[in-house]
Amino acid sequence: MAIAFFWNKTDAGIFAFFALGLATNQVATGLALTIFGTGLSGLIGAPLVGQAIDGLPRIHLPILADLPYVGTLLFQHDIMVYLAVFIVAMCAWVLNVTRIGLIIRAVGDNHDSAHALGYSVLGVRLLAVTFGGMMAGLGGAYLPLVLTPHWAEGMTAGRGWIALALVVFASWRPWRVLGGALVFGGITIMQLAGQARGWTIPSQFLSMLPYLATIIVLVLISRNREFALANSPACLGKIFHR
Amino acid sequence: MQSNRLILILLGLVLLAGLALFLVPKEVTEKVALRDSKVKVGFVYLTNPGDHGWTYAHEVARLEVNEHFGDKVETSYVENVPEGPDAARVIRELAKQGNKIIFTTSFGYMDPTLKVSKEFPDVKFEHITGYKRSGNMATGNIRFYEGRYVQGVVAGMMTKSNKIGYLASFPIPEVIQGINAFALGMRSVNPNAEMSIIWVNSWYDPVKEADAAKVHIAEGADILAQHTDSPAMLQTAEKAGVHGFGQSSDMKEFAPKAQLFSSVNNWGPYYISKIEQLMDGSWSTGEGPDHWAGNTWLGMADDYLVLTDFENMPADVKMAAEAAEAKIKGGYNIFTGPYNDNEGNVILRAGEAYNDGNLWNDMNYYVEGVNGKIPG
Repeated sequence: MAIAFFWNKTDAGIFAFFALGLATNQVATGLALTIFGTGLSGLIGAPLVGQAIDGLPRIHLPILADLPYVGTLLFQHDIMVYLAVFIVAMCAWVLNVTRIGLIIRAVGDNHDSAHALGYSVLGVRLLAVTFGGMMAGLGGAYLPLVLTPHWAEGMTAGRGWIALALVVFASWRPWRVLGGALVFGGITIMQLAGQARGWTIPSQFLSMLPYLATIIVLVLISRNREFALANSPACLGKIFHR
Repeated sequence: MQSNRLILILLGLVLLAGLALFLVPKEVTEKVALRDSKVKVGFVYLTNPGDHGWTYAHEVARLEVNEHFGDKVETSYVENVPEGPDAARVIRELAKQGNKIIFTTSFGYMDPTLKVSKEFPDVKFEHITGYKRSGNMATGNIRFYEGRYVQGVVAGMMTKSNKIGYLASFPIPEVIQGINAFALGMRSVNPNAEMSIIWVNSWYDPVKEADAAKVHIAEGADILAQHTDSPAMLQTAEKAGVHGFGQSSDMKEFAPKAQLFSSVNNWGPYYISKIEQLMDGSWSTGEGPDHWAGNTWLGMADDYLVLTDFENMPADVKMAAEAAEAKIKGGYNIFTGPYNDNEGNVILRAGEAYNDGNLWNDMNYYVEGVNGKIPG
């Protein structure tokens, strides 16, 4: 877990070097690093292939877990599930309440003003990108360490891309990200549960539901452009030159 | 102006590099062909051999080939080849490199293999699990469904909830045969047990397989079976304290308490016999419209499909499993009537049985005991 965590930090560091330091196009750099990362993980992970890994234990709270209905729903998950909710709460608190959050938002909304006020725009962005990379690493590490305790090349199968949709879906609000993630995850599982229960909807249709939902939400929120982008950082994707 | 010149120089370099790439391999292969009298054998793999399932079994067999022939044969493989038209490029490349026989080891390579086989009439092609053939393209397959019948017997006796969860990949004949053989085995010992199928729409997607297994367990299934390739389902079963069957390779290492047994694909004897036929000139694709005679489709009786030890089950279940295995090895045809499809239509009456052609052409239904409909 720690390795994945810090590797993604390095990965994000590389991204930051190109995108911030050399001021390359952020989208192109991101795509290139994605492809690079897929290959590199295959290279580094080759000796791990075909081995069982000891997964993290599932938490079983004595009384709460045995509550009917609510017990299975809320109190029988592994520690990462609770950690994820905690991290969302922390992000929301830092971004909305603290001075650090104010600085981060200032750098995102208007880097020239932030710079004029004496904040290090590149420094703040470097830290923010690195933090994002660490969180992505945590998400990726969940798959081989908790969900299926073995590693295989390309096992994420593109699931990370949903994070991009999620940010827009949640219009840059941490708590909405949590809600959106639950909706997306719910739809993903629903298409499997629907099959097990014998719904007569083609499974291929159900497989595409999360993406369909993203498109629908994008259409809905972009009907009103100002509303859609009200929360998005004004300097999103813009390169900062001193 | 400066930047324009730079771009021109870069473009020139790229062109030169492309030209170099184009020239070098050609030269190398010619040299190899001149001094090498080894028979070159090529393999096309769907995933990395580390999947611990389907491709791993092929890799084990390839190493057996190396050991059996020693210096007389040189094998090579290409891994992670996507199914579909793009596979033709890889197969063509293997043919160009001087491989005399090429094994393409997944159903989705069928049309690409057929296409390339026509371009290289002197190279022999063996397509695994398909049904299309040509003058130099034969097919090889294992009667996987035989193992699934034994799985069904064990599942039918072991289940307490009478719910069996089954993960399937794609609705092709091989997978439908497996589902129906499992259900016939299950219903032969337990008329109340029912199977529900989740189509994962992939041969190998550990995360989705794990999610699907979780769903089956949440819906009440206490025995899981799979026609997908990763050990994820068994790991999920192990965590939840239910049982399941391994696929293609022994998966005991991943689920020591959950695995009842695995049906292991043993491709070694097939590869070795086909390469020997190529060497002594007796390789053929058989006669007639279906070319069945020259093609390989063997099962447990010939050790092409091998069941691992029966574990984590009571003694009476183990005995029944051994009896079912012996019955099939003795020549019992699993698809013998009477049985109905799951909508109540009579498929076979007492005394009627399917032949191999029926298995491939007529099985477009689920038998009794399977819930739902075949998609598509």
